[in-house]
Amino acid sequence: MGKFKENVIQPLIDCWSLIVGLKITGKYFCKPLVTVHYPRQVIDDENLETYGGHVELIGKPKDPATPKCISCMMCVTNCPSKCLTVVKSKPPKLTAEEEAAMKAAEEAGEKVSKPKAPKNPAKFLYDYSLCSLCGTCIENCPAKSLKFSNNIYWVATSRKEMKIDLLARLKEQATELSAPVPKTEAVSAAAEKEA
Amino acid sequence: MNAFLSNLIPLIIAAVAAMIWLGLNALVWVYCERKFAGHIQRRPGPFEVGPHGVLQPLIDGLKLMGKQLLTPDNADAVLYWLAPLLSMLPVLLLFLPIPYGPVLIGMDVNLALLLILAFSSFNGLAVILAGWASNNKWGVLGAARAVSQTVAYEIPLLLTVLTVSFMTGSLSLLDITHMQDGHIGNWFIWKQPLAFIIFIIAMFGETNRAPFDLAEAESELTAGFHTEYSSMGFGLFFMAEYGYMVVMCSVCSVLFLGGFNGPFPGIEGWWWMLIKTYALLTLMVWARWTFPRVRFDQLLNINWKWLLPLATANLLATALIMKL
Ligand code: SF4
Ligand code: SF4
Repeated sequence: MGKFKENVIQPLIDCWSLIVGLKITGKYFCKPLVTVHYPRQVIDDENLETYGGHVELIGKPKDPATPKCISCMMCVTNCPSKCLTVVKSKPPKLTAEEEAAMKAAEEAGEKVSKPKAPKNPAKFLYDYSLCSLCGTCIENCPAKSLKFSNNIYWVATSRKEMKIDLLARLKEQATELSAPVPKTEAVSAAAEKEA
Repeated sequence: MNAFLSNLIPLIIAAVAAMIWLGLNALVWVYCERKFAGHIQRRPGPFEVGPHGVLQPLIDGLKLMGKQLLTPDNADAVLYWLAPLLSMLPVLLLFLPIPYGPVLIGMDVNLALLLILAFSSFNGLAVILAGWASNNKWGVLGAARAVSQTVAYEIPLLLTVLTVSFMTGSLSLLDITHMQDGHIGNWFIWKQPLAFIIFIIAMFGETNRAPFDLAEAESELTAGFHTEYSSMGFGLFFMAEYGYMVVMCSVCSVLFLGGFNGPFPGIEGWWWMLIKTYALLTLMVWARWTFPRVRFDQLLNINWKWLLPLATANLLATALIMKL
């Protein structure tokens, strides 16, 4: 009896799943399209937010042109593709007078602290052509200074162009933010839906 | 001689009309299928060429024709090029005995059903030749699958067709249509629901359509039997596939859905035939974009364990009832 149920009744019941499948695709057939007709429409901001493009730096809240990065090298050591290059800043060179003043103070028995190097990186290079977008660098950054950009329209025609100076990019973004947003001709998909 | 000529001329006209009809159908259905697929996946489908991409199939056809015809090294050139022709030419013949209206029929033969079944199995032969002559292991595997598939699915198809011809006592599609004259209740789908379902499933198997497209199986066999074909070699197979789809759906609508009869008396016409055929074609496309491809053993299991016994039982029951 068990065999009969397994071999005859069950397949007949399973046939119902075919109808269910057709119902599901039929429902999707009637739903509105979600694909954006790219050159005529652009992606709306809401959908851009969930897009994970290349890695980029996050600026300090008060000073958006400098990254939160503390040059700890965690991202560089953890990157499996070795596409990040961080160069630490050197301590500022002392002028001759300052050096002399320091020496004098030291001889007088005072405690002198040499000027420390700024924590911000001097260089932050990134090779997008190698990046596998694994997100390891982002997860490991103790300063939470990295994120995926939502730069969806970025195109390059050579490998060279894919090497990005992230510090320069951050500066650009900071100045762009303060500048008025340029008006684009293309209509966003959301706006068109409303119209 | 004169009688011969007067028979021949309408036949030639019908053949040319069938050719145009086949070409048009292929164009329209390639487009419709892509649009359907797009909408099921909530994307627009072809969109750029012409308004809503209507010129896309035409341009695709031009592109196909513009490509180079290649014969692979060590392939059997004669068989290799015979295969696409063998796949395409019988389809033209298949359109002749299909009644699109009481008069709109290429050739009313008494053995129409037999003719269609006989010539539609040419597709299997063409697929086998194509795979075998290509000198390519995917081609051979695709061909091997095609043999076991088309041969297997031919049998239940034949048995279900037989049930209908048992009921009508005729093999002429026109006669079968006229037996269903009148209102929707006379259609054979009500008298033979099981045969209808088996026919639909076997139709998928016969025409190599997803979920039974195992001869082609682009994920396992690259493209199966037509891996090596370029340009119109592939184009002919492609056209033939759509041709067979249209023929099978037309036959199905004649056998079970009353052919050119409308659902109510007095409104019959060729448009009913078209509506029914296209509804069935829509179902085929819909199924293709819904169901995943079956495994090969599953395909054969469905046929030998389910379709064949059911079709046989159905045939015997019909015969018994007709005798009583
Ligand atoms: S996302 Fe992965 S591969 Fe890319 S830079 Fe970060 S760690 Fe390296
Ligand atoms: S892990 Fe973060 S803080 Fe450390 S170097 Fe990389 S970006 Fe800077």
